[in-house]
Amino acid sequence: MPILEGQGVTRHFGGLAAVAGVDFHVGEGEAVGLIGPNGAGKTTLFNLVSGALVPRPGTIRFKGENVTGFRPHKICRMGIARTFQSVKVFADMPALENVLLGLLFGAPGRVSPADAAREAAELLDFVGLPAVGASAAKDLTLANQKRLEIARALATKPQLLLLDELMAGLNPTEVGQAMELVTRIRARGIAIFMIEHVMKAIMSVCDRIIVLDHGKKIAEGTPREIATSKAVVEVYLGE
Amino acid sequence: MVTILNVVIAGLLLGGLYALIAMGLSMQYGVARVANFSHGEFIMLGGMITWTLRTVFGVNPLLGLAVCGPLAFVIGYLLHRTLFKRLSATSASPGIFESRSMLASFSLMFIIQNIASIGWGPEIRGYSYLHTPVDLAGAVFGANRLVTLGFALAIGLGFYLFVARTRMGKAIRAAAQDASTAGLMGVNINLVLALCFGFGAALAAVAGMLISMCYPVRVVMGQEYTIIALIVVVLGGLGSIPGSFVGGFLLGLVGSVVTTVDPSLSLVAYYLIFVLLLLLRPKGIMGK
Amino acid sequence: MMAVRIDPRKVWLPGLSLVILLLLAVLPYLRPGYTIVLVYTILMYVVLTMSWALFSGPTGYISLAPAAFFGVGIYTSAMLGKALPLPVLVCVGGLISACLALLVGALTLRLKGIYFAFFTFGLVELMKNFVLWYEVKFSGVRGRFLVIRIDNITIYYILLAILAALLLTTYVIRRSKYGLALQSIGQDEEAAAHTGINVTLLKVVIFAVSAIFIGAAGAIWAIRLTYIDPYIAFDALNSFMPVLMAIFGGIGQIYGPILGAAVFSYLREILITRFPYHYMLLIGTILLVAILFLPDGLVGLVQKWHQRALRGQHANT
Repeated sequence: MPILEGQGVTRHFGGLAAVAGVDFHVGEGEAVGLIGPNGAGKTTLFNLVSGALVPRPGTIRFKGENVTGFRPHKICRMGIARTFQSVKVFADMPALENVLLGLLFGAPGRVSPADAAREAAELLDFVGLPAVGASAAKDLTLANQKRLEIARALATKPQLLLLDELMAGLNPTEVGQAMELVTRIRARGIAIFMIEHVMKAIMSVCDRIIVLDHGKKIAEGTPREIATSKAVVEVYLGE
Repeated sequence: MVTILNVVIAGLLLGGLYALIAMGLSMQYGVARVANFSHGEFIMLGGMITWTLRTVFGVNPLLGLAVCGPLAFVIGYLLHRTLFKRLSATSASPGIFESRSMLASFSLMFIIQNIASIGWGPEIRGYSYLHTPVDLAGAVFGANRLVTLGFALAIGLGFYLFVARTRMGKAIRAAAQDASTAGLMGVNINLVLALCFGFGAALAAVAGMLISMCYPVRVVMGQEYTIIALIVVVLGGLGSIPGSFVGGFLLGLVGSVVTTVDPSLSLVAYYLIFVLLLLLRPKGIMGK
Repeated sequence: MMAVRIDPRKVWLPGLSLVILLLLAVLPYLRPGYTIVLVYTILMYVVLTMSWALFSGPTGYISLAPAAFFGVGIYTSAMLGKALPLPVLVCVGGLISACLALLVGALTLRLKGIYFAFFTFGLVELMKNFVLWYEVKFSGVRGRFLVIRIDNITIYYILLAILAALLLTTYVIRRSKYGLALQSIGQDEEAAAHTGINVTLLKVVIFAVSAIFIGAAGAIWAIRLTYIDPYIAFDALNSFMPVLMAIFGGIGQIYGPILGAAVFSYLREILITRFPYHYMLLIGTILLVAILFLPDGLVGLVQKWHQRALRGQHANT
């Protein structure tokens, strides 16, 4: 049974369908890519999964349970975490506290302040930010802010992580580091659903790729299948 | 005997005023992004200045329009160019600007009210103008109130056409959608925002003038009108100027109905509408 | 919106607060008379300001409701003053205000901050109109005469107790995970929600908690007035003052509002006696200046001087 399942997910904005009748699923531990031209509805789909928006109509199931219409904090506590296209860290707060919030509110169960502080530091280490716990989030570089966002997301102990354009704005070295981080996250058993424009990353990391265009799913398959799909190439090069 | 016609026409009369003041606030909030809590004070100024012109100089209140409107426009324009523009420049995000400008306008409310009470004192002021009754299909209204409605409609429609049809109106609509992009597209954004703020103030002053023709005015009258304007703006849809126009008439009708039951309950009734709105459709009638 | 980062590393603050509270507790024995009245007036403003800052400070949601809660407290005293003992009366005033806050919060805090600001702005006027209508229709009066006579010392201690409770509450909340969560709401509410924080519930609860102390303060303040009516009880100035004092003092730290309230309520006495006709004009201008030039308030100014002094020291070595 897939860990995340969406059926007929649709959402309109003022008459225009941002997402139209999309069926999708992510298996446990799987890495699924979500690609498509700008405006295809990728981030909207993420918003529908994370609870920021409500599908109208459509259903979304997580771990078999119908989570359609659940509020973001509830979905987070159930085990879906996400990062945002425009990095949303808590700018004036120290990095450690950013991560702490994830542990204190998003993770199931109670945790003592001492344990939480220790775990937060461990998470910062894990994402490659060992020394910046006390720095304000706004003082970090973009790449580091993205790491921080991931650390905060991981702190909520998710089974599924939504990554929205993680590679955007990163130089080639940083892209490589990010891909390596995603691999390490997968090694922890966390499923990944990622929106990306950097093709190299998607092709090498993902087991399966879904392609959206104008809100509709136009293709789905392995990286090789997608790379050779005529429909996909047309959508990116045509018009 | 209060007939339905009575109530409806009274509602339209009230609604015309509400539509004007709401359109003014909508210009300021929808375009310049300033939630102007001192809006009612400009209404008050319009009313008080008209009263002075009428009782001290014997000027016809309708001509007073030529004084209040431009004067308020200039004050609003200058306020934006000095105060709000600086706030905008020193705010790290639109959200921060919204808070700070809201608080700044709250301060202005007290400042303007105090200046006015120094000038005019706390007494209720009124004058009589065009009180001759007019018979409209069995319902009797003072001519002054009909003139008020006529003016409100004319100005409201004129304004709507201005925003919808002219080049400047287009710039205004662009700025309302996305100020920074509009600026990049060649719109002189500082000018447009300041103009809109000025227009908003002018509409308020004109409404004040019209109010003074029908009702007594006093220095503390502003706050209630600000609240009404806020409710109408929410009712019409935040950021929609036509919505404010329509919403104003709707609320006016509600007000008229409530007045037949118990006049002192109108604000309570408006707040009930506000509550319903927030519960059922926060983005209002024509909100985006 | 306008939230500023707080620094909870000031460990000396609780100690200092305790000392000050103790001093205040013995003050009536050292300096009875008019000083008591002056000090409890300041205490009242500190309560209003800190209560306002408890919610609006970290979250950035500007509440203009304090005057409504204060008025509710006043009317609680006016209506129930003869039936209830004083401590109960004060608590009831606080609780009724909290109920009003829960209603307002549940209604508006699920939506964008601007709706909250609009709704609370008009709330004072609404309460004024409603209470006036109610009183005229059901009680047959416009205003009420308060006949409870309590001496100043009792009023003083009750206000001091309210302040102590508020200080404790503020401290506990700020140091807890909820304090952290409140700040994160002010930083990025959407991200906070996605981090597992039930933002609406937290906002509503803290807003209601802040209203308790304002209502309680209103209830005890009413005792000082011999006559009240809705115009006196629901005065927009009572919403303006806490906001002014908090911003003036600086909302980043716990003691910012305290400093602002203390300085300003003293200033207020001077302004009101020297310039009775220009009072609103002056305080309006002061807030405007504070918004424009003192974004971090007096506390921010002090911090800047402190930093400059430190830099100066290093330059000299």
